[in-house]
Amino acid sequence: MPMRAPNIKREWIYGWLLLLPAMVFLFAFTHIPAITTFLNSFFSTPRGRRPAKFLGLGNYERMLDDPVFWKVLWNNLWFALGTIPVSVGLAIVMALWVNEKLAGRSFVRMAYFTPTVLPLIAVANIWMFFYTPGFGLFDQITGFLFGWPASNYLGNPDTALNAIIVVTVWKEAGFFMIFYLAALQAIPVSLKEAAQIEGAGRWTIFWRITFPLLMPTTLFVCVNAVINSFRLVDHIFILTDGGPDNASALLLFYIYEVAFRFWETAYGATLTVALLILLSLLAIGQFFFFDRKVHYK
Amino acid sequence: MTGAADTLDRVLNTLAAWALALLWVLPLAYAIWTAFHLAAYEARFELFAPLTLENFSKAWEAAPFARYFLNTFVLVTMILAGQFFLCTLAAYAFARFTFPGRNVLFALVLLQLLVMPDILMVENYQTMRLLHLVDTIPAIALPYIASGFGIFLLRQTFMTIPKELDEAARIEGSSFLGVLWKVYIPLAKPTYLAYGLVSVSHHWNNFLWPLIVTNSVDTRPVTVGLSIFSAIDSGIEWSVINAATLMTSGPLLIAFLLFQRQFVQSFMRAGIK
Repeated sequence: MPMRAPNIKREWIYGWLLLLPAMVFLFAFTHIPAITTFLNSFFSTPRGRRPAKFLGLGNYERMLDDPVFWKVLWNNLWFALGTIPVSVGLAIVMALWVNEKLAGRSFVRMAYFTPTVLPLIAVANIWMFFYTPGFGLFDQITGFLFGWPASNYLGNPDTALNAIIVVTVWKEAGFFMIFYLAALQAIPVSLKEAAQIEGAGRWTIFWRITFPLLMPTTLFVCVNAVINSFRLVDHIFILTDGGPDNASALLLFYIYEVAFRFWETAYGATLTVALLILLSLLAIGQFFFFDRKVHYK
Repeated sequence: MTGAADTLDRVLNTLAAWALALLWVLPLAYAIWTAFHLAAYEARFELFAPLTLENFSKAWEAAPFARYFLNTFVLVTMILAGQFFLCTLAAYAFARFTFPGRNVLFALVLLQLLVMPDILMVENYQTMRLLHLVDTIPAIALPYIASGFGIFLLRQTFMTIPKELDEAARIEGSSFLGVLWKVYIPLAKPTYLAYGLVSVSHHWNNFLWPLIVTNSVDTRPVTVGLSIFSAIDSGIEWSVINAATLMTSGPLLIAFLLFQRQFVQSFMRAGIK
């Protein structure tokens, strides 16, 4: 078939042309910035007429000596540990409830899902009022029930991050519920019925049948939750602005502060590299960890 | 299992589900309560307290919210149009064309699911400065237009479309773009709807990048406007801030309540791969 060779070539050109616009944007705003971030992390921040100077690993040494970096990294770990298991666990429970024949099911589902459509900034405003010392709803309730004195949840270094975690769980759980709901609806009813005939209780059915079948969803949701735990910082701007004394600052928030409040872009780039490395490691680790469980159960 | 135990189980589950649901709506319900009542009722609950719209008019006058809404509207439309255009073409290429470098390029697209533009804000800001686009609405939109998520989602949909339909249209004389327009796009409508809803709600709510790249009333979207409005500590009442908060999330919230089913299904569809 002599006609074939030019045909294939034309298909190549079509393919490349179709991809071209998307690739230009993708490279311009994702891949090239990722590379220049890496390169800039070896230079000093250019200021006025002073151009950037090569520093080698200087920025990285500074990062490792920076107590705030370790503080926000630790905060981020705590934030991830505080938000991911709780919001994923709640999401499963919510989905199981909403999937059953429940009185007022549509209201319940709406209640769970509504926080998802609110901007995180608006969510922060709403919760701000809850946390206001003395005046806010939390203090009014604890004061009324237990006679506790007014407490400043957001102004206290011991509780600020936890207060932020609560807000994040409230916002995220309903979003994850949706994915579990979709997965639950895809599980054949016959499996459950067969188990019931064998005399299995609800608990056994959940742990032996439902939960393992939800594993791919759990993988998907967890990947999302991990990325979110590094990405969701909007509410911090309203609730605490990272304070008191960086007690509630997360890594991305710190990058913002360094780059756009102190205008140390080179150090900001270095911190971004740290964040990118962390995200990649987590993605790889998670993939292998869950890959085993998904297949062997 | 006995019938009585089963009923008890059901009742307990229903109660727990409702308790959690009430807990979950409480923050929003509370914001609505304060927004529609005078400041005097912020912390006092009386069922028949007089309703008022005064907080909304105060908020509307205190900050240029009309302009913020316009900016957000322009921004969201711009992003959605750009995403539909670029992602459709790219998804079509990945789904139905073979060419050298396809797998590598697809891997580079997927990489964006992990490395989102928000994370690269330091460098993207420098790019916008080079392009003299700082403090413009396109500057907010550009980094999101080539969406790895959108390309992936549409590619998956296009791949489920039978090749026979494609070939039939080609035999009838359609060009490769004609096939895309006549066969693929109409059949992928549900995916476009799903992706559109997810994209609009995401960018309506986006905050960090717009905060960085805008610095005037003419470009700020509502989220940034709201944060500036509520950051002024001096003397703005909670009820007014809550009214502004509801106002900014209002359009999405109302759309969600009206089209609940579509929203939920869209988020589901966008999540299942």
